[in-house]
Amino acid sequence: MSGQNCLVANDWICWDYVTSRSRELTDATVEHVWITGVSVLIGLLVAVPLALLARRGRHWAAPVLTFTTLLYTVPSLAMFSLLLPVFGLSAALVVTGLVLYSLTILVRNALAGLEAVPEEVREAARGMGYGPGRLLWQVELPLALPALLAGVRIATVSTVALTTVGSIVGKGGLGNLIAPAVSSSFKAQVLTASVLCVLLALGADLLLLGLQRLLTPWTRTGARTGARARPSVPAKGA
Amino acid sequence: MGAVAGAWDWLADGANWAGENGVWHRLAEHVWVSGLALAIACAIALPAGLYLGHLGRGGTLAVNVSNAGRAVPVFAVLALFMVSPLRNAGYLPTVAALVLFAVPPLLTNAYVGMREVDRSVVEAARGMGMSGGQLFWRVELPLARGLVMTGLRSGAVQVVATATIAAMVGQGGLGRIITAGFNTYNTPQVVAGALLVAALALLVEGVLVAADRLLLPRAGAHR
Repeated sequence: MSGQNCLVANDWICWDYVTSRSRELTDATVEHVWITGVSVLIGLLVAVPLALLARRGRHWAAPVLTFTTLLYTVPSLAMFSLLLPVFGLSAALVVTGLVLYSLTILVRNALAGLEAVPEEVREAARGMGYGPGRLLWQVELPLALPALLAGVRIATVSTVALTTVGSIVGKGGLGNLIAPAVSSSFKAQVLTASVLCVLLALGADLLLLGLQRLLTPWTRTGARTGARARPSVPAKGA
Repeated sequence: MGAVAGAWDWLADGANWAGENGVWHRLAEHVWVSGLALAIACAIALPAGLYLGHLGRGGTLAVNVSNAGRAVPVFAVLALFMVSPLRNAGYLPTVAALVLFAVPPLLTNAYVGMREVDRSVVEAARGMGMSGGQLFWRVELPLARGLVMTGLRSGAVQVVATATIAAMVGQGGLGRIITAGFNTYNTPQVVAGALLVAALALLVEGVLVAADRLLLPRAGAHR
């Protein structure tokens, strides 16, 4: 009864909104999750080869890093708009933009991870008869995994936030609920969708932290002493 | 590449540059809003971050605040401001959202910059009998300058880039050219607006890199 009133009164917190629009909220959340997930996965598939290329020497590293840094400078609204003539109003447009942004963080971290593999380890593997392919898959990538996964965590959290801007082409997950609610001043919808967005980012971060612990158990003991304050790349605004 | 040609024609038309919805007015709004937000964010974040770094306290807070900030979409913050009484306060919603966006990374970088200063240099300065204030101004700050400036530069570029989002909730700035183009299905205008915003962000990055090189020749050593 009081629940009905909160919709009429346009309250910030309205449980009745959540129950009556649960279908809409679930659909938006599902879209948000898959757009983010697909973007980070594709970003990872592109970033690792780019990092391998950048590792070949300065003349490769400089253009790759400059290009991915410049991409990060392009405002998200501009990025999605510039891709409009190519993709039209589609989820592919949003995913492409998000992939391009994720590259900045992922390439940097993949490169840092690969460069941190001790030369002795490489020598030892070569001495044991490992070819370049096996060396990469069984020695270098596993050792680069902690840095790479740290990058995946940052990229995922940023991508969850950035996905909301996709609402400019109608493919922004929870952003699709925020945009129209601003014009109609629907407080409960703006607040609920925003809170879900932040919870999604934090949930994804915790999930990836769990994955990181599971995949790289050897880093856990050193984590406490090894952790050091690092400069922060500002978030891509969304 | 018909879209780019269309965008070029749109930009070449003088009528699109004049008036309240014209490029010049939107550009002025954009620069004003992002400049003001950056100045306020610096006034909050730099003293706090540098002082915490000097004391060596609050490290967990200084580092985690930027990670937490990443999870909050600026678009959502802006939207929340725009359905609150703040919506009638002119550019305030955008400025406030941009300040909230810029403070965490600036704070973290100022803190990290101070902590990265070689401890043996700090110890030596203490041993010479320098006071806390002298240590801060004459030793730590000059040595932290490179890293702090790098953080400031990337922060400034992201503030200028992010100010575009303001258009999505009806606030001013260059993003309005893009959203107006979307509303009238005018793709050349959308692309022209996007090119303008991207050019502005790249220009700011370029100018700050050049200023960095001119003013701080030794800053390169920190990268």
